This record gives sequence, C-alpha cells and structure tokens, in this order.
Amino acid sequence: MPAAATSAAPAPTALTVTGLTKRYGDRVALRGVGFEAAAGELVALIGPNGAGKTTMLSILAGIQPPDAGRVSRPPREIGWVPQQPAVYSKLSVAENLRLFARLERVADPDAAVAAMLAQTGLADRAGDEVGRLSGGNRQRVNIAIGLLAAPPVLLLDEPSSSLDPRQRARLWEFVTGLAEAGTTVVYSTHDVQEAERYADRVLVLADGELLFCGTPAALQAAVGGEATGPRDFEASFVRFLHERGH
Amino acid sequence: MRWLLLKDLQILRRSPLLVALLVVYPVVLALLIGTALSRGPGNPSIALFNEVPRQERTFDLGGSAVNADEYLPQLTRSVDVIEAGSRAEALELVERGKALAAVILPPDIADRLATGRQQPTIEVAYNGEDPVKQRFVESVVKARMADANAALSRKYEQITAGYIDMLLDGGEVTLLGRRVPILGLRASKAILDGVIARLPPGSPSRIALDQVDRFATLAIQNLGVSNDVLRSVGQPIAVRRTVIGGRRTPLDDYAVAVAAAVSLLFLTVLLAAGLLALEREEHAFARLVRGLVSKLGLLVEKVALAAACSLLVALALLVGLGLLFVELDFARLPLWLAALALGATAFAALGVALGGLAREVRAASLLAFLLSLPIAFLALVPSGSVSGLANDAIAVVCAIFPFKPTLQALDVAINDAPGTLAAPLLHLAALTAAYLAIARLALRRFA
Repeated sequence: MPAAATSAAPAPTALTVTGLTKRYGDRVALRGVGFEAAAGELVALIGPNGAGKTTMLSILAGIQPPDAGRVSRPPREIGWVPQQPAVYSKLSVAENLRLFARLERVADPDAAVAAMLAQTGLADRAGDEVGRLSGGNRQRVNIAIGLLAAPPVLLLDEPSSSLDPRQRARLWEFVTGLAEAGTTVVYSTHDVQEAERYADRVLVLADGELLFCGTPAALQAAVGGEATGPRDFEASFVRFLHERGH
Repeated sequence: MRWLLLKDLQILRRSPLLVALLVVYPVVLALLIGTALSRGPGNPSIALFNEVPRQERTFDLGGSAVNADEYLPQLTRSVDVIEAGSRAEALELVERGKALAAVILPPDIADRLATGRQQPTIEVAYNGEDPVKQRFVESVVKARMADANAALSRKYEQITAGYIDMLLDGGEVTLLGRRVPILGLRASKAILDGVIARLPPGSPSRIALDQVDRFATLAIQNLGVSNDVLRSVGQPIAVRRTVIGGRRTPLDDYAVAVAAAVSLLFLTVLLAAGLLALEREEHAFARLVRGLVSKLGLLVEKVALAAACSLLVALALLVGLGLLFVELDFARLPLWLAALALGATAFAALGVALGGLAREVRAASLLAFLLSLPIAFLALVPSGSVSGLANDAIAVVCAIFPFKPTLQALDVAINDAPGTLAAPLLHLAALTAAYLAIARLALRRFA
C-alpha cells in the first residue's frame, strides 16, 4: 500500500516544483508546471505521448535546465532511474554499483554497494556481468544505482515498461517498500492502472500542461465517478483528457 | 575521472577480440603501406628473344670490336627477363600474361649498328587489354631503350674521339695486318713551320705553305674542342640535381614515419569514437553528466585513454621496427614521444567529435573508418602531382585533419627531417582544441 495513505500525521514536503517551463524552439514542452510531493509519497506522472513526462523528469533530475521555474532540491539530492537501464553491460553488478558509488562520492562505497545488493536481492548475482542478467534484474541494478547516494527523492522514468508481469510485481513491491521507508518516489508510466494501484497522487500532463494533481479517486470523481456509469480508472482518465480537449 | 578511466580499461580488458582487432588491423595496414612506400613497384617481366646468332653479336666499329651483349643489361635493367626461344614463344608469353611485353632483337641489328647507315629497329609487343598496364610497359620500355641508346652513343663517342685524337697527335692504325704510323696535325704543323722558316721571304713556295700552315692551325684549334662537341651531341642535356627545401629523408625511413602515423590514426580515432558512443549506447551518458562528471571532463577522459593506448601501440611498433628492420636513432626517443603524444591527442579529439556526431558505436566506428582512409591517402599524395584545384583541395584537407601534421612531426622526430618540430606540434594542438569544441557541441544532442 502507498506509504502516504497509511501515515498518521502529514509528512513533510520533500520536493517542491514551481512554474517549470521548457521550450524547444517554437514548441512548448512544459508550461509552468508546479506541484509538491511529501516525504514517502508515491507520485505518478501520466499523460498521452508527447505530454512532457520525460522532459519534466529530466529537468527534475538535472539533465537539462528549465527555461523558467525552479526545483527545491539540487540534482545531487535526487536519485534518477532512466527508462533504459543506464548500466555498463561488460561490468559486473558490483562493479557497476561501485563505479557509480565512487562517482557519487559516497562516503563508504563498499558499504553502499553491499547495502544495495542486499536491498535489491542481487547479492548472489554480484559477480555476474550485467549484460547476462534478465531485463528485470538489469532494471533492479538500474534502480539500485539511483539509490546509491540514499537520495530523499527518487525519479523513475517508466520503470516497468520492459518487464514481464512477475518482474513488474517484484519491482512495485520494492518501490513501495522504498516509499514506506520515507523515500519520495515520482514515476512516469503509460500504464494508468499502475498509477491507480501504486500512486498516492497522480499528475496528469497533456501538451506540457498540468491538467490534474490529486488522488486516483479524485480523478475518477472529476469525470462523474460511478454516477455516470461503471467505469475503470483507465476509462476515467481517457474521458478526463477528452473533456479537456485532448 | 580516474574511476571512468578504470571502468573503460575494464571494459576493454573484457573485449579481447575487439582490442586485438583494433591493434592488429592498423599495425598490419601501417606495415603494408610502409612496405609499399619503401620498396616501390616490383620489376615487370619482359620476354626477350634475341635473333642475333651468338657468334655474330660482336661487330667492328671503326676498327674497334663491340659486343652487343654488353648493352643488353641496359635494356633489361630493372625488369625480370624471360628468355624466349622464338618470336612466337615470346608473343605467347605476353598473351598468356606471363610477361608484360615481348622485346625481339632482329638478326641484322649488329650489321646495322656496325655500318651506322641504317638505324636498327627493335620490335616491342605488349598486351593492350589493360590501359594502366600498357602505359606502364610503354614507359618502362621507353626508359630502357633510352638507356641502351645512351650506352651505345657513349661507345660511338669514345671511338670517334679516339680518331680525332689520332688526327691531332698521331698514332698507329692497323691496315691489312700491318701497323701504319699516322703523323698527326700537330707534328705536321711543326715540320711545316720548320720548312717555312728556311724559305726566303717572298718565295712563292713560302706563300703557299703559309696557307697550308694556317689551315693546320685552324684545324688543330677546332679539333681540340671536338670532344666536347661530341659529348654534347651524345647527351645534349645534362642534369644537375639539387634538393630545394622539402624532405631529404630516405624512403625507408619515411615509410617508418608513415607506418607509425597510420597505426596511430586508425587505432586512436576508432577507439575514441567508440568509447564515447558507448556511453550513449549504454544509456549511461545522461546519468554521468547530471553532476557526476562534466561533459568536457568526459571528453577529456576519452581523449586521454584513446591517446595513451594508441601511443603505446605506435611506440611498440617503432621500437620493433627499429630493433628488427630499420636503423632508428633511439637517442631521439623523447622527440618520438612528443610527436606521438600530440598526434594521438589530436586523433583522439577527432575521434570523440565523430563519436559525438554519430552517437552510436557502429555508426561512429564506420564513420571513423570511412574518414580515416581518405585522410591518410590524401596526405600521402605528393604535392604538385595533381592539378591546381585538386592540389588546393588536398592542402585544405591536410590542414584540417591531423594526419599530415602528425606525419610531419614524426618525420622530424624519427628521421631528423628538415624543419622544426614545433610547427606541426602547434598545428596538432590547435586541431585538438577545435575538435574538442566540435565534440562538446555534438554532446548537446547526445543524451
């Protein structure tokens, strides 16, 4: 279950984003997007293709600068897990983790590597070349690298897109565990059911504009909920976009 | 940056086939080019049929016996001769491709050379199906004929000069088995001068003898310079060779510099382009440049690693060549290192620019390979051997790519060729900065 839903007291704000704008020539990829995320909160970023999800995550991660707006935390305090595993396939799991721990200037790289291997359940595959791992395990290494510096905020760009259902379930078990431990997780996904199931809040982006920020239930309510007939979350999402001209 | 260096070395260590190819390919290519440059083209095979019977190959030329066989080496120098038993066999050798041309010496060549009244004609037959080969054969045959003609002409000149000397100073000739003394113009004039001195002034005989004496004086003076005139007729234009600037390095030594430059070019450009493109292909680039390492730092790391690896390979190649094949001055090792280091750095900067533009390992490798071959080829085209516009275009290509300045630096460093080492090194440093700037711009669309 999402961590924020079970918290007794309101969690402190871990991330504040205000007025993010990004242009590529004449095209506006993001128009003044802003939101807040609490510590331990799971925030899903959903929207149609070209909505600006990856652009927003890459700005939050510090990969590209915004044309306007600000992010409350510097990139060093935000862990980033790209959609494609950003790992060296010729290096072993442990070597990949050790390399990035050193580049992140983690105080005790070996201890951080050991902790991540234990946390991701990859201790028995530590010596294996990443290129020989399954897609699910490779994604676990990818996430482990994002977590090496123990960031308070973790960004996941479509983390389950290349995984089979079993690997997907394991991934979400791991991610919700992180949130329960206090890490704020912001993830983008095309699978709106995943957003409904695992997110405390969803952000709906379309054409670079933030159309909605609230719980999945609030999104369903925004389009009339069950009152307008039985409808699953995906249908509500599509209707929501349709009603707003997208 | 050292962790990235170690990471790349680990990746290279785990790709032994790739590393072996990267090292072996440029070294083999460099050695082949070096060998081709130092040896020049091989001797062409020529079929020769000499129709002159062996006993008739010596002929009399103004009382001197001349053996025509002595002049054959001039005709067959720098060609591999296949002796044919008949004219048909010689032509067949050409038809079958065993020989590039057939040279047939006619049976009357000795007679004609002896009389000097009719010019002897040598028959040359070649296969015209390949225009390049035909042009090569024509030039070889023409050059060999010129050598043979020059040698015969020297012989004629020598014999004629002997007769002129005899006319001037006297001597002996053999006529019908008897040695006949010849007085000579100078001795004749001395006798004449004595006779004239004893005749009374105004004597009609004295007047007539004075006329003969003046003719003798004039003949002596003119025949005195006839040897020079004969030499001029035999060889109207003499050539005095002077090297003005440029390279005076022996071809073998120059080939060593070419081999080192070629291996440096291929290994460094391919390695640097591949290493940078790999960061994107592994999707690690974006992760690295979000605060872990600067984009320029990443480029510098790739340049340093590629340059260091290729410098070691090129240095090993030079040391190997120096120990086993050619004489190199190992006391100049610091200069070798300077030239290799700057050349490798410039090539590596070119490599990361290509890697940044291509963005994928395969595309980067292909681009590096496609670009390296013509760069090396164009830099080896001798200046002035192509037309003006093409020459200018080649000069521009040589100036904007690091191969030519690397070759110049290595030639100075290894062979003590004329010119300073500083100029090509500065050129290489400028190219390194320019290519790094291009690579940095290319990284804007790299992630």
